Amino acid sequence: MSMTIFFAVLFYLAAAVFTLGLIYKIYDFARTPAPLSIPTTPAPTTTPGVIWRMFREVVFFESLFKGNLWTWLFGWMFHMGLFLVLIRHLRYFVAEAPVWLLFIQPFGKYASFMMMGGLIGLWGRRFFVERIRYISTPSDHLWLALLLVIGVTGMGMTFWMHVDVVAVKAFFLGLMVFEINALPAHMGLFLHLLGVAVLMLLFPFSKLLHAPGVFFSPTRNMADNPREQRHLAPWAANFEKS
Amino acid sequence: MAAPEFELPKFREYPTVPALREGAMAHSKPYVANEKIQEAIGFQAKLDDDWRVTHDKVIAKFGELLGKYRSLKVFMDACVHCGSCTDKCHYFIGSQDPKNMPVARQELMRSIYRRYFTWPGKLFPQLVGARDLTKEILDEWYSYFWQCSECRRCSVFCPYGIDTAEVTMAARHILDSVGYGQKYSNEIIGKVFKIGNNLGLPGPALEDTLAGLEEDVKEDTGVAVRYPIDEPGAEVLLVTPSADFFAEPHIESLIGYGKVFHAAGISWTLSSHASEAGNFGLFNGSYETMRKVALRIREAALELGVKRIVVGECGHAWRVAYAFWNTLNGVGAGGKDPFSIELQKQLDPRYPQPSHICEVTWDLIQQGRLKFDKEANDHRIITFHDSCNVARASRMGGYAGGQFDIPRNIIKAVANKFVEMDEDTVREKTFCCGGGGGVLTDELLELRVKGAFPRMEALKRVVDAHGVNFMATICAICKAQFTKVLPYYGFNMRLVGGVHQLVSTAIRLGQEQ
Ligand code: HEM
Ligand code: HEM
Ligand code: SF4
Ligand code: SF4
Repeated sequence: MSMTIFFAVLFYLAAAVFTLGLIYKIYDFARTPAPLSIPTTPAPTTTPGVIWRMFREVVFFESLFKGNLWTWLFGWMFHMGLFLVLIRHLRYFVAEAPVWLLFIQPFGKYASFMMMGGLIGLWGRRFFVERIRYISTPSDHLWLALLLVIGVTGMGMTFWMHVDVVAVKAFFLGLMVFEINALPAHMGLFLHLLGVAVLMLLFPFSKLLHAPGVFFSPTRNMADNPREQRHLAPWAANFEKS
Repeated sequence: MAAPEFELPKFREYPTVPALREGAMAHSKPYVANEKIQEAIGFQAKLDDDWRVTHDKVIAKFGELLGKYRSLKVFMDACVHCGSCTDKCHYFIGSQDPKNMPVARQELMRSIYRRYFTWPGKLFPQLVGARDLTKEILDEWYSYFWQCSECRRCSVFCPYGIDTAEVTMAARHILDSVGYGQKYSNEIIGKVFKIGNNLGLPGPALEDTLAGLEEDVKEDTGVAVRYPIDEPGAEVLLVTPSADFFAEPHIESLIGYGKVFHAAGISWTLSSHASEAGNFGLFNGSYETMRKVALRIREAALELGVKRIVVGECGHAWRVAYAFWNTLNGVGAGGKDPFSIELQKQLDPRYPQPSHICEVTWDLIQQGRLKFDKEANDHRIITFHDSCNVARASRMGGYAGGQFDIPRNIIKAVANKFVEMDEDTVREKTFCCGGGGGVLTDELLELRVKGAFPRMEALKRVVDAHGVNFMATICAICKAQFTKVLPYYGFNMRLVGGVHQLVSTAIRLGQEQ
């Protein structure tokens, strides 16, 4: 029971920090002006074009593909795996799983292999490629370690030491209506959830800000139309008043 | 040529990523601007004697810029150290210094950002690579942020489009504001403020030069091609880098622009007030400097009453003109405020404002208003070097990528022999000449020679395979830089020239139109 209380408190805290931190960061990105038109060209000249470019960046990692095939391969495996795994996890947070969510379950299950394969590949690069070793900080390693711990414990539960997922679901659905239901006592689950909570707590202060950041990157999200449209930041407009 | 005091990179049979040589370029440092130069352009004269004062000013300025530039803010946060950019910078490839890897260059600043502006960096500096700002780090900024040509090659390959050029500009802006400016760039900006161009050529000297040019062209072709300056009522105001007035091979392109206008029957003029297309405000990252330089073009345009503004062959100038002028000085379209309307109602809306000289020439070629003797260029086997600012920071024509096609189309229209260099070294992946972004100064020669290496390698391959003897480009800095560094790699310095130099050779002047 004490573990249940601990995790309940931890997840309220993590959810609050994660949400508020991220909202603040996004607000901070959004309010900072881009005073000059700086898309990396050739760039789309229209808004639909920009949306399509952004879509290619976010879904296919297009620029990374041009830059380095190995990193692209591992990075894309990791993120697509992660994406499917997270979708599959939605079942813990909705009372009645819709058909598509049921349909996706087996994919999410096996996507975990893709995710872990990608993570191991990415981590390997940090040891074996001289340039990447040079730019890696301890926190880069720790992030990969944390994600591996979350992944290993998660897969442990899925494929080996099963856990009462119905109870897990009851616990999280309960949290949402401020009710505390017992969390199954399971070492794998505890580790898994601890890892997830740490990830959520640190997300808004770390390099994981690349996820919202990519949408705000002026070199990717600006349309190439400076001859047709005047871009003027409020602070820059002041020069014209004097 | 005397043997260089540094080791030249060696041509590789199969370009692979070079091994790291830590500190290989740590000694590279441009001359620091003196107090007079700094004050003339409105920056602090010199570093404060008390380091703590400088320290606080750096952090304060950094904070200010983070609030003004979304690029800087997002780029400081978003990098995941994926390494995609690590082998993309020509300075890294040529020097092997790991701090010339774009992400490592950014990290010089990001380590400070993390320490002073994020709480993980405040609490666990070692963990996230955060560092206290020291004088040594500021010196390191001065060294390595002047080893970036702001060419944006790294940003093409970054999954978040992180553009090290933006980081470099911010760092240089901070350095300037605490009295740690670079002599070469700031001296030039001072000349533009005072006289109107980078070379400091006063109006009468320009008039003399242009009169001489008219005589030369008359002698050469028998046709009285005009090179007018300060002529009110002309249709076109041509703004070109001042190197075009004096330097070789630049002047050949200036001759070419004049011939194009002559053959098409377009009235045009230069301006002594705005006798410079270049804008070194881009290099030191100060919006105000850049605006002040750009305003001269607005003033000249209003005064002369021109209908079109055309920019000559210059890479960073075209970036500033194409992407920033509408913002900075109102040359463009779509403005809704009195400042921009005043100028935009004068400009002819049928043409893109500003236009690149290549857009003008290509347009005339398509309309059939220019005729060429292509054979006149038959002694040349030509390749084209995309200049970084044109390729990755601007556009020509009505569609994305026109900046690659239009210069090539012109070359193919005026000459018979054209070959491309390796596809990883042209178009959006082009390598900088090694002299852009404010490093075109003699004390940085080692950097410039090493930075030219990837381009020289690609050039070597087409020289060996196809006998290329002319590398065309549309940038004054590329032309000056290559003229200087080509001999280091065993090439003739005359191998580089302008696109309008080729136009000039082949164009038919006279009656036919
Ligand atoms: C919009 C969503 C996202 C996009 C477009 C995106 C994109 C990328 C890209 C392109 C990379 C570089 C390549 C690589 O190393 O994999 C990367 C790295 C990384 N991403 Fe994401 N990401 C997103 C969301 C996330 C989320 C939600 C997480 C965490 C749970 C995450 C964790 C990471 C980590 C840890 C790395 C660094 C990998 C390494 O150390 O090499 N990303 N991301
Ligand atoms: C509060 C949030 C989370 C809860 C309650 C949770 C819970 C669980 C549970 C109960 C399992 C076992 C599933 C089964 O036995 O079928 C599991 C599996 C897994 N979890 Fe989580 N998890 C959470 C967040 C995450 C996050 C953020 C990640 C990734 C970064 C992750 C990665 C995985 C993986 C890879 C598996 C194994 C594959 C699978 O069954 O989908 N989990 N998780
Ligand atoms: S902008 Fe160009 S010079 Fe600067 S780091 Fe990037 S690739 Fe190198
Ligand atoms: S490519 Fe972008 S995200 Fe990757 S290391 Fe370079 S700057 Fe950072």
